Amino acid sequence: MEIRSPAFKENARAALDDPQLRHALEHVKSGFIVKRAMAAEALPEFEKLRDSSKAIKDETLANLDKYLEAYETKVTESGGHVHWAESAADARDIILKICQSVGARTVTKGKSMISEEIELNDFLEGNGVQPVETDLGEYIIQLRGEHPSHIIAPAVHLARSQVEADFRRVHTHLPVDRDLTEPVTLLSEARKVLRAKYFQADVGITGANFLVAETGTSVIVTNEGNGDLTQILPKVHIVLASIEKIVPTLSDLSQVLRVLARSATGQDMSVYTTLSTGPRRAGDPDGPEQYHVVLLDNGRSSMIGTEFQEMLRCIRCGACMNHCPVYHAVGGHTYGWVYPGPMGSVLTPSLIGVDKAGHLPNASTFCGRCEAVCPVRIPLPKMMRHWREREFSRRLNPATQRYGLKAWAFFARRPRLYRLATSIGIPVLSLFGGRGRFKSLPLAGGWTRHRDMPAPEGRTFMQEWKQREAQKQGARI
Amino acid sequence: MSGREAILNRLRVALREGKDDATREQAVQARIAAAPRGVVPMRGRLPDDDRVTLFCAMAQKVSATVERVGSSANVPGAVAAYLRQRNLPARVRMGADARLGAMPWNTEPSLEIDSGRAQDEDLAGVSHAIAGIAETGTVVLHSGQDNPTTVNFLPEHHLVVVRAKDIVGDLETVFDQVRQTFGKGHMPRTLNFITGPSRSADIEQTLLLGAHGPRALHVIVVDGD
Repeated sequence: MEIRSPAFKENARAALDDPQLRHALEHVKSGFIVKRAMAAEALPEFEKLRDSSKAIKDETLANLDKYLEAYETKVTESGGHVHWAESAADARDIILKICQSVGARTVTKGKSMISEEIELNDFLEGNGVQPVETDLGEYIIQLRGEHPSHIIAPAVHLARSQVEADFRRVHTHLPVDRDLTEPVTLLSEARKVLRAKYFQADVGITGANFLVAETGTSVIVTNEGNGDLTQILPKVHIVLASIEKIVPTLSDLSQVLRVLARSATGQDMSVYTTLSTGPRRAGDPDGPEQYHVVLLDNGRSSMIGTEFQEMLRCIRCGACMNHCPVYHAVGGHTYGWVYPGPMGSVLTPSLIGVDKAGHLPNASTFCGRCEAVCPVRIPLPKMMRHWREREFSRRLNPATQRYGLKAWAFFARRPRLYRLATSIGIPVLSLFGGRGRFKSLPLAGGWTRHRDMPAPEGRTFMQEWKQREAQKQGARI
Repeated sequence: MSGREAILNRLRVALREGKDDATREQAVQARIAAAPRGVVPMRGRLPDDDRVTLFCAMAQKVSATVERVGSSANVPGAVAAYLRQRNLPARVRMGADARLGAMPWNTEPSLEIDSGRAQDEDLAGVSHAIAGIAETGTVVLHSGQDNPTTVNFLPEHHLVVVRAKDIVGDLETVFDQVRQTFGKGHMPRTLNFITGPSRSADIEQTLLLGAHGPRALHVIVVDGD
């Protein structure tokens, strides 16, 4: 997809001025957070499972080449084919060739963020193969020509009425006077339309939540059952997965499954967890005749051995964006590429370059909620800081920002001068901010445009701190 | 250089720092062979009766319906009654599973049974699970000559029979059994873990049942046998 990350600031401004989007984002703030907290609370071992999952992913990444080879051996043994794709273009070509080898005209697809990353749909369409997204949210945004705004709730930015309008526009074979006011009627209509597609499709493409080296198995986790119909009805099943999806064994899979659904939707277990190994066996009444796995690198192997290796632990649960105040404010499309929220702010610069994605790691208040809820404990704020440092040292951020930082650094390195300056500045601000808040401030329009700036109450932090320490001393004596 | 070699080489060079390739290879093979267990929740570690009770409660919590019968001989009657209560035609899709086949279906003469893989228009399907998992209320089914996977997904109503004695505490126990049945490192083509009926919350985060898979999941727990 077109990279719009360099326009993050413009995107954010537009998002903040969109009342419909603001309303839709309320669903993220309220629903996901409470559900995750309840699920975590209900399982006493949850924190230990997070540690365990982190350790499993660390072990896998430390020997990723070996686990990939072990996985490949098992896939081949079970009659499947493994294809290695260094780049997005390689992956697209491999998939198109498989589709063409069976004369495919229609391809159904389960939800896959990597498919967005390699821009598969446009490519297939341009080559005469019609891709049909089957996850309800993905189907809706495909009808709209949009991209997912959330990695597990792709249409979270839309209102029911927008979906109704799209269905009426596209499903022209259905009666015009049908009632679509209830969400359930929309769901039933999508179910019916997509059922026919599953049976038409020659190839089914799914992603993978995990790949198991012990058995050569791909694992998908869904609530709708669309991924399953996608992979059992067509003649060919293609799994599109990135190289870091590996876990060593089925025992390890048990660990990560327990944190995935709880962190994502607050479910103990998603409705369908499906393990697929090779094509259908002799005598099987159903299942695909061919099973292919496309292993995508696309920049990931270059993250191994760097300060960004830990990002490859990510299991794509979406908890970081669900808990992110910046995501809540601007939504997923603002980030301008495939992966939004805190995980996107770290991963996107790795995959498309910090020169294009430099705004993303800066779009953080460093509040730390993302790291606090990450099931595999990725230090997201620390990694955003790494990107900011790189951006600064490569002189990629704007001159005003650099001068500002330099000016601040000048004072910060001279504590007495710093204290003197703030002890003059703070009372002045306090004087003008009589009602406790500024509605506008010179040089801080970016802040005050969408929210007030709290006025200081009269003294600096250092002064407050000194007084509190003195009081403590006094109390002790 | 092929994509495979290029990717593996890059990884090898980046990971070689600590230990040499042969040592890492050995460690990886040993870890896969040992498949050490991680943290297993206490929730499912219960005496037999309590475990079955927990399984039923967890399944109901995710909107499955659950019924317990005293023996496998009661299953055909339970299936027929389920269809009657919901005004569904007396007709089910069923694979050639031996455990289901051994049940006295002739006690329900009006019940029509279609065998083989499921079709789009099927309203109800019956499957036999290899296990139930108490910690999450999950039923486990695998594909094979006698168990079409399509029965688990195409019909609107999915009825799953599971023996109480096959209900285990946790995921790890199921995987141990799969390793025993199919051999370590081997799997059936498809292993399905099903936890409640199909659902979606993609429209305004409103949870709705019956997305692409079954709208209803009915679990019949067989206590006797």
